[in-house]
Amino acid sequence: MSGGEQIDSLRLATAGSVDDGKSTLVGRLLHDTKSVLADQLEAVHRVSTERGLTEPDLSLLVDGLRAEREQGITIDVAYRYFATPRRSFVLADTPGHVQYTRNTVTGASTAQLAILLVDARRGVVEQTRRHAAVVALLGVPRLVLAVNKIDLVDYDETVFRAVSAEFAAHAAALGYAADDVVSIPVSALVGDNVVTSSANTGWYSGPTLLEHLETVPVAPDPHEVPFRMAVQYVIRPRTPEYPDYRGYAGQVAAGLVRPGDEVAVQPAGLRSTVHRIDTADGPLAEAVAGQSVTLLLTDELDIGRGDVIGEVAEAPKPVTEIDATLCWLSERPLRAGARVLIKHGARTTQAVVDQLTARFDEQRLVTIPDPAELGLNEIGRVSVRTAEPLPVDDYAISRRTGAFLVIDPAEGNTLAAGLVGVPLQALQSDGSPAAADTATTDPITPTEPAPVAT
Amino acid sequence: MTKTSVGPKPAEATIRSAGAVVQQPAPRRRTPTGLDTLESEAVHVFREVAGEFDRPVVLFSGGKDSTLLVHLARKAFWPAPIPFALLHVDTGHNFPEVIEFRDRLVARYGLRLEVAEVQRWIDDGRLTERADGTRNPLQTVPLLDSIVEHRFDAVFGGGRRDEERARAKERIFSLRNSFGQWDPRRQRPELWNLYNGRHRPGEHVRVFPLSNWTELDVWNYIERENIELPSIYYAHRREVYLRDGMLLSSGPWGGPRETEQVQERLVRYRTVGDGSCTGAVESDATTVAEVIAEVAASRLTERGATRADDRMSEAAMEDRKREGYF
Repeated sequence: MSGGEQIDSLRLATAGSVDDGKSTLVGRLLHDTKSVLADQLEAVHRVSTERGLTEPDLSLLVDGLRAEREQGITIDVAYRYFATPRRSFVLADTPGHVQYTRNTVTGASTAQLAILLVDARRGVVEQTRRHAAVVALLGVPRLVLAVNKIDLVDYDETVFRAVSAEFAAHAAALGYAADDVVSIPVSALVGDNVVTSSANTGWYSGPTLLEHLETVPVAPDPHEVPFRMAVQYVIRPRTPEYPDYRGYAGQVAAGLVRPGDEVAVQPAGLRSTVHRIDTADGPLAEAVAGQSVTLLLTDELDIGRGDVIGEVAEAPKPVTEIDATLCWLSERPLRAGARVLIKHGARTTQAVVDQLTARFDEQRLVTIPDPAELGLNEIGRVSVRTAEPLPVDDYAISRRTGAFLVIDPAEGNTLAAGLVGVPLQALQSDGSPAAADTATTDPITPTEPAPVAT
Repeated sequence: MTKTSVGPKPAEATIRSAGAVVQQPAPRRRTPTGLDTLESEAVHVFREVAGEFDRPVVLFSGGKDSTLLVHLARKAFWPAPIPFALLHVDTGHNFPEVIEFRDRLVARYGLRLEVAEVQRWIDDGRLTERADGTRNPLQTVPLLDSIVEHRFDAVFGGGRRDEERARAKERIFSLRNSFGQWDPRRQRPELWNLYNGRHRPGEHVRVFPLSNWTELDVWNYIERENIELPSIYYAHRREVYLRDGMLLSSGPWGGPRETEQVQERLVRYRTVGDGSCTGAVESDATTVAEVIAEVAASRLTERGATRADDRMSEAAMEDRKREGYF
């Protein structure tokens, strides 16, 4: 795990409404960065010609499923890899259709930047506001608004300014600082301002989309969270060579650990000291978030899959009552009293959703108290009771240790993305129309951190 | 105490990779997130499966991707042995060098190998040989039968999202019904690095630890880890004939036809599959470093260059995945 190269990379996701040209934009990015190889391009030219098109349809580069190509829409997330001399990119191209918002959630859960597309002729629409709320909720640090099809409004600066301003107000109300949101006028079809600057938008002096993606600062996973690692698997070889070896394998979720560190094992609250950090390539002097390692402790303890090894001084407090935000991803609505499974780290436990305390209106950015149910793609506040204590952190502090899955115990499907605490400032508004009006015209800036669930 | 001192890795660590790409005509497909990150992610996936499933198995063809799977699985459970068996769906159309490599690898690491021979299914009438003689599409039935027979509940594959458009849509954990079918519309959301392995009796989960690797990542990692591969991945002189723009080797799968002329060429293989539909590419790359330079400069994708089975229709891969193929 040591000695490999570390190339600057950016994980990004696209989002936007149906037919606003996301797949074409991604196709254009791949094409103009020369990330498309000859046989792929040849296939696109062939199919485009067969369909009677005069220009190659670049969306065919990414819409790979039969149904997608038949209907000209994106159904599921496609992951793409491309690179420039300055940076490499992992891009999750997510669908715009409201039915598939769960795939936008999938793409956004690990993204460091989201590109939201709007059609310049239609401006900010319901789906734009919904997607912005979802990416804000999931903690995507930076946004790009790509005002697409700018050629179809005759490269009109006033159209671009109006759309940008409306979106900027919405993003600000969701808690984004002005620097974290950038608007760019583009035409994915023609190629304006995607990779090369356009002569058609002389009034625009900002970067092209690619220039922005190459230069936007990438925030690493926050390391201010103390050390946390869920035990995934206990390694016990019981071989002649390693008769007594007992290692706790996992991926460091947050923070930093070194041999000699005193650690607490939750939920039991056991104490020990890190004896060694093992990998197949030899022991490490330290391990940080993202690294898969094996910890050897100085004491013989009863530790198993799901337990969390963490720093003693700021050990996560195991709780059985969790206030959380859910992004509901199932057609079957959630009602109070629902019995579910929760997967947090490496532990899956039974749980009951005791109460639905609020539903979030992502259009008006207000919360509506005591909803009867939470429907597909709706965001709500709940209180959850778990059968086993879980050492959770607040999602606003850690995307890793503050996240959980809600799983259907019968079918096994993933029902919701769960976020501990109140990860979105806008979720805390009181729901009065006045607050909503204020939110869209006079951005609320966060003044205090979200409360930690206990 | 809060620790904030974690910074990026030392700058000198980037020197080697920078040197590896500097002569390339276009800077495409560079390591997306760093080999360490990809390795840690794959190790995490292996351990999740070991923790959540009862009877996992690693699909193993002897090719570079499945060899990488074995290497990463060994790292994930070191110093314990790999807690899974390997399954080779054997079309009978193998390159001898690959079978020799497979058996040597299994012996060296003390692995358990199950072999499902397509020929056995043909002999007992469960499968019919195709008119074109290619057996790649025939692998699906022996694979699904073996999964049922051994009650495998998680099946690792070496599939990568950069290989093909349909594969780009694949999750790392992919639920399959009792017919092994993939339904792209019903895929579970895959959130953060929390993988949902729940499945009902009869269902199983396909697992792709190499999802985020590119062909170039695979080769860079092979170089870094000094991983041995079958010799056909490196340039050698071989008797081949041209069919549909591909250089095929003669073998038990038939060919050359009367109109097809055999000639000796200096070639290597970019993928290992059924010999009837896996073509060689002309190459003089005899070392890993030379292969890396060649792959980085190639204007053809790995599958586009050498896999006839992907050329059958516009959505050939998706159709096979829906049937239960990888």
